[in-house]
Amino acid sequence: MRSIIEYLREIVLGIWSLLKGMKVTSTYFFSPGKIVTQKYPENRKSLVMLERFKGEVVMPHNEKNEHKCTGCGICEINCPNGTIEIISKVIITEDGKKKKAIDKHIYRLGMCTFCALCVKTCPSNALAFSQKFEHAVFNRALLNKILNKPGSQLMKGVE
Amino acid sequence: MLPEIVAQNTSASQSVPWWKFFYDFSLLTQPVDVWLKGSVSPFWSTVIEMAIVGVLFLLFYAVVGLFLVYAERKVCAFIQNRLGPNRIGPFGIFQTVADLIKLLFKELIPIKNADSFLFNLAPFIVIIVNFMVLAAIPFSKGLHAIDFNIGIFYVIAVSSMSVVGVLLAGWSSNSKYSLIGAMRSGAQIVSYELSIGLAIITIVILAGSMQLSEIIEAQRTGWFIFKGHIPALIAFVIYIISSTAETNRGPFDMAEAESELTAGYHTEYSGIRFAFFYLAEYINMFIVASIAATLFLGGWMPFHVGSWDGFNRIMDFIPPFIWYIGKTFFIIWIIMLFKWTFPRLRIDQLLTLEWKYLLPINLLNVLIMAFIVLMGWHF
Amino acid sequence: MDIQVKELIADEKQEYIINMGPQHPSTHGVLRLVVSLQGEIVKNIEPHIGYIHRGIEKMCESITYPQIIHLTDRMDYLSAHINNEAVCLTVEKALEVDITDRIKVIRTIMSELTRIQSHQLFWASYGMDLGGQTCFFYGLRDREKILDIFEETCGGRMLVSYNCPGGLMYDIHPNFQQRVKDFIKYFRKALPEYDTILTGNVIFRERSIGIGPLTLKDAVSYGVTGPSGRASGFSCDVRKHEPYSAYDRVNFNEVIYNEGDTYHRYLARIEEMRESMNIIEQLIDNIPEGSYAIKMKPIIKLPEGEYFQRVETARGELDVFIISDGNKNPFRLKFRSPNFVNLGVLNHISKGFKIADLVAIAGSLDFVIPDIDR
Repeated sequence: MRSIIEYLREIVLGIWSLLKGMKVTSTYFFSPGKIVTQKYPENRKSLVMLERFKGEVVMPHNEKNEHKCTGCGICEINCPNGTIEIISKVIITEDGKKKKAIDKHIYRLGMCTFCALCVKTCPSNALAFSQKFEHAVFNRALLNKILNKPGSQLMKGVE
Repeated sequence: MLPEIVAQNTSASQSVPWWKFFYDFSLLTQPVDVWLKGSVSPFWSTVIEMAIVGVLFLLFYAVVGLFLVYAERKVCAFIQNRLGPNRIGPFGIFQTVADLIKLLFKELIPIKNADSFLFNLAPFIVIIVNFMVLAAIPFSKGLHAIDFNIGIFYVIAVSSMSVVGVLLAGWSSNSKYSLIGAMRSGAQIVSYELSIGLAIITIVILAGSMQLSEIIEAQRTGWFIFKGHIPALIAFVIYIISSTAETNRGPFDMAEAESELTAGYHTEYSGIRFAFFYLAEYINMFIVASIAATLFLGGWMPFHVGSWDGFNRIMDFIPPFIWYIGKTFFIIWIIMLFKWTFPRLRIDQLLTLEWKYLLPINLLNVLIMAFIVLMGWHF
Repeated sequence: MDIQVKELIADEKQEYIINMGPQHPSTHGVLRLVVSLQGEIVKNIEPHIGYIHRGIEKMCESITYPQIIHLTDRMDYLSAHINNEAVCLTVEKALEVDITDRIKVIRTIMSELTRIQSHQLFWASYGMDLGGQTCFFYGLRDREKILDIFEETCGGRMLVSYNCPGGLMYDIHPNFQQRVKDFIKYFRKALPEYDTILTGNVIFRERSIGIGPLTLKDAVSYGVTGPSGRASGFSCDVRKHEPYSAYDRVNFNEVIYNEGDTYHRYLARIEEMRESMNIIEQLIDNIPEGSYAIKMKPIIKLPEGEYFQRVETARGELDVFIISDGNKNPFRLKFRSPNFVNLGVLNHISKGFKIADLVAIAGSLDFVIPDIDR
């Protein structure tokens, strides 16, 4: 007799646990307000990335097309996998001295691991992260970027 | 020929307003039948009628199959706090059509060392079985391809044949995953047939007939799930559980258990052959749901309460077809909810559930039901 | 051994061989298990690893200490922050740097958040291994909230790279405390839901209770650590026994069960989420003031010697062992990764169970394949 009661108890408790689970899922089914996914390309306009989001490395330029990069190469040394390559040139300043300056700051987005060491170690804060995250291109060569804009110059007062 | 049928229809049914068809489809089918028998020989009239019914079923199969795939994806999306398909068409309703077109264009990959005849045959067996069962389902008043006097018996007998297709698929594809899946499915369907049969017998005892139209007619005063009180309710629960198992759907989807066997018996199938299996699964679900609706919830019979004449008349105003679809989809929703809530059983637990729990309860239930009918205790 | 030869041998024993993986839905990555089956019963499992081997230990020998951080991120990517912390702690130990309390507390909070999100993913994927797909989405839904916190403070969602030798990359975001508090409030409500859907479910209990039992003796001798080891009664929580960061100033229980089956391995993780929330609640309101990073030399050179540090990741004990010859990069760096060791016990505990149980057992050991291969 006891075993029969145990048998029935097992069935009732089992079904009860299943019904409790079904209650949770059906509650979600009937509350479409709790949907968490978004319609991505449609909400692109209203999509705001968080300010620290590491999208890609950029070199901010001011309105006079000036940047802060001195071409010292610390970012290149600190980069773990050779994402950054600095090609420097020698320029002659107004007072006639020879000085090293940046020619090309090559950044290979396809290799970047977003470790943020370049941005953090840059002595003159020339690099920053942008919040752009749509990096897909049809040609891999397009991922190799030159960060300093053509014709840009070193900002005054940055050594 | 088609315009003539339409012309004949309109002339034959001038006395009947068009909206009456929704309440009794025999008003539409009877004149067609009479006209065909009058204009061509009986043999050809039968052939033409069968062809028309066949084309209608093909259309129905495709539409219902695709809609159910869409519905399943939407239902599971809402359960899982997602939006679900929303790209093609409004709310993504053409998503499954696009999927089907894609599957049609896919290559049918030949499997090395596979038994190619059986491999190609298997999806067709599953599909043919589906069609055979669909023939006996009463969709609405008068909308019923064949009304056997042993209708429900026929449905059980034929639907259990789909396991042959599954076994063939697993055996012939020369893959161990497929074979395990097929063997599981064999064991599963053979044992759960028993529960389905006994659950149906409970209702057959109550109805006193195996003919589906009579079973529905017997529910004019109240659905069997209310009429037969507790035994009918138990039979309903058992039927839902075991029909979920028979259609190889979660939590009983041992045959295709994707976390264990990748895709079970249809692992090696590609393209439209895979689509056949996929559609057949959903049509199977539709079939078991409509049988459940017919046996327990009164099929196309509107909801009637004893002597509330006004209420009954309002209920009668809703066309029987809507009632049928509504009930079927309610049960399909429950079956989907099962799948998306519960984890999967193991194969031995599945058989334990059948032989140690469902079968004894079921046998006792049949006995109780017979006693109740004998004493006339049902409503 | 060649697979054909193996099949011949198996044939004689009336067994057959199935390759689970490298592409299989339930191996959580590119793990390959060569499973000998008799009917559905598992007779032998031979794990084949190395499909995602990247040589992280060797790569570490050629890069500097701050650069190692971005590689340890990619070992056990679900406890990325804890891995980073392990390397940083070793380097700080070697240099005898005193880091401020602020760094310690923030690291502890972030570690515990990492642990919670890892266990959430465990819950999600374990539910899916057993066939309940909905669990996966509920788990990921809640995990997103932690990842958002990470993104706001660290800039990365999964591979956070937030530690550096001598402290942290940036200070915490001004919203950090509020968001963490909101999350804990939310998750305390969501955790009972997990219990309703999975823990209490009769099918789930049938599937997991008594499956894949691991005794205390075996757990110790195989070196199974983390929640898997603690479910067998192996008191191995490094946070308790060798407290690092701020673990010595918080009260928490070491979750220990004695049964050692898949159900208790699962339960240990669920309980650990509660404990982690307790730890965070103790710390979040009193993050001490101070600097978020100690000023280090531009090029960090470890003095000659051997340095060792243990930490508790979400999956078990991670040990970092550095041999330095005084250069800016390590002479040898060895990780004792918990997943690699835990994988060793898989064959032992899943023999004689069904193939469906193998999936459950492998799921309950909670592998992250890149951590096995490194």
